[in-house]
Amino acid sequence: MKWPAKKISTSHGATNTKLILRHRFLTRVTHWSWAICLFFLLLSGLQIFNAHPVLYIGDQSGFDFSNRILEIGANYKTGTGFIDLFGIRLDTTGFLGISKTNGFDSARAFPAWLTLPSGQDLAGGRRVHFFFAWFFVFTLLIWLVSGLVNGHIRKDLIPGGQDLRSLKADFLNHIKLKFYHTAQYVSIQKLTYGIILFVVFPIIILSGLAMSPGFNAIFPGITEIFGGRQTARTVHFLFMFILSGFFIIHMIMILAAGPINLVRSIVTGRYRIEASPKSTGGSSDE
Amino acid sequence: MNNINITRRRLLGTTLATGSAIALGGCNRLDPLIQSGHTARTILESASSLSFRVQRWLSSGTSLAREYQRSDIRQQQHANGTISPRDVDYLNLASNQFSDYSLKVNGLVGNELSLDLDTLRKLPARAQITRHDCVEGWSCIGEWTGVQLSTILEMAKPHPEARFAVFDCFDTMERGLSGSVKYYESIDMVDAMHSQTILAYGLNQKTLPVANGAPLRLRVERQLGYKHAKYVKSITLVATLKDIARGNGGYWEDRGYAWYAGI
Repeated sequence: MKWPAKKISTSHGATNTKLILRHRFLTRVTHWSWAICLFFLLLSGLQIFNAHPVLYIGDQSGFDFSNRILEIGANYKTGTGFIDLFGIRLDTTGFLGISKTNGFDSARAFPAWLTLPSGQDLAGGRRVHFFFAWFFVFTLLIWLVSGLVNGHIRKDLIPGGQDLRSLKADFLNHIKLKFYHTAQYVSIQKLTYGIILFVVFPIIILSGLAMSPGFNAIFPGITEIFGGRQTARTVHFLFMFILSGFFIIHMIMILAAGPINLVRSIVTGRYRIEASPKSTGGSSDE
Repeated sequence: MNNINITRRRLLGTTLATGSAIALGGCNRLDPLIQSGHTARTILESASSLSFRVQRWLSSGTSLAREYQRSDIRQQQHANGTISPRDVDYLNLASNQFSDYSLKVNGLVGNELSLDLDTLRKLPARAQITRHDCVEGWSCIGEWTGVQLSTILEMAKPHPEARFAVFDCFDTMERGLSGSVKYYESIDMVDAMHSQTILAYGLNQKTLPVANGAPLRLRVERQLGYKHAKYVKSITLVATLKDIARGNGGYWEDRGYAWYAGI
């Protein structure tokens, strides 16, 4: 963060580091709120998907014509599971289409260990999904308002000219898993977090709302923007995939850049950085 | 300066393993919380009334579901749920092209009704090309023709305390020791009086087929498919849903689904 680093303690050991307050209370609370929401939304979402594991393009689902782009299913004759993506079929027996539930083969798109509830239960999945969807939206609103008021968004997330110049170097450092602990986010972090918060989150919420027949009647334009209800469903699924990809990379970066310091910074807010002000261009961490 | 070197492959492996372990261990253990009756389930269910209130507030109850063009009808209407009732009373009516059928309207009304198909067809008709959205996730566009429910309710003269219309259907969903359970659904008066809420007897310019709910089915265009009761036998106006079966207002609602299916 750009505000004057609060000095909590100085001169730690030989390497001359200091603890600063890196994440405000609201930043930490909203972060963990999203973590919980994403866990529940992902697993309940896969449960809901299992009720009709086919994705289409357009307003409606083609039963007598073909507008499907993805299907997960089971071939009962051969006892194999498959995923069919743009007409290319892959055998996914054991994971997608057919998987073990309590030791027995069961025909279901996503396996029991990836859905919530674990058994086939669309009603339960929807209850979980919509509860945490609201939770997710409220968190985003609190974050947005507080972030605008306290300057978190402007100071910590919007990239400046310096960020754009150091983007390539920061990107390469991240690829090489080379990290420097600085008070502020480096350019690649600002960009990634910014895209997640201002692009991925809104699109995943809007594409979800675009599937609601009630919301559709209130704001028909939203469903139209996505190109119809079934395309909105496909976009919703795709952005779930993007968000899951972000989560995996986020975890890798944390493990690589020093999990103790980083987890502390998002739990207590305290974060250890190199004490001497260093010229930017290096890479920080997640 | 902290330069940490870990092999990428090992790191990826560890991350995936940790993630899977959380999911594996987590899901089973969370199942009891989601089961009906648990306090956590009750909390989860509260989100449904929030969705209902917010959507009603935004729409004032009057917003219209999108209506499509004939050219958007690209296939026959996909049929789901009961597609061929085997109930004797229903089969008898069907064998006679439903000429002996009559819709009963009763409950909190000043004027009980019994309307045969000819009478229903002579009432002002509404045709609408709409998208049917199933709770499972699929959608299908079709043209529905029928009489507005508001027309029928106005004829029946609802009492002021009537708040819900309950639909009792011909099709048996379950047969058990305590008898059979036939499909039932309910909507409130706001949806009942909505201009697109119709009792349909026609589909895609033909007589409504059995698979899609002949002779008469409900269309509640701003909600998911399970609200659109098929094979409607009677309509009862009530003040509360408490006394209907298990008290949640519908067959699927009594099995965990939300009464408000606008989302």
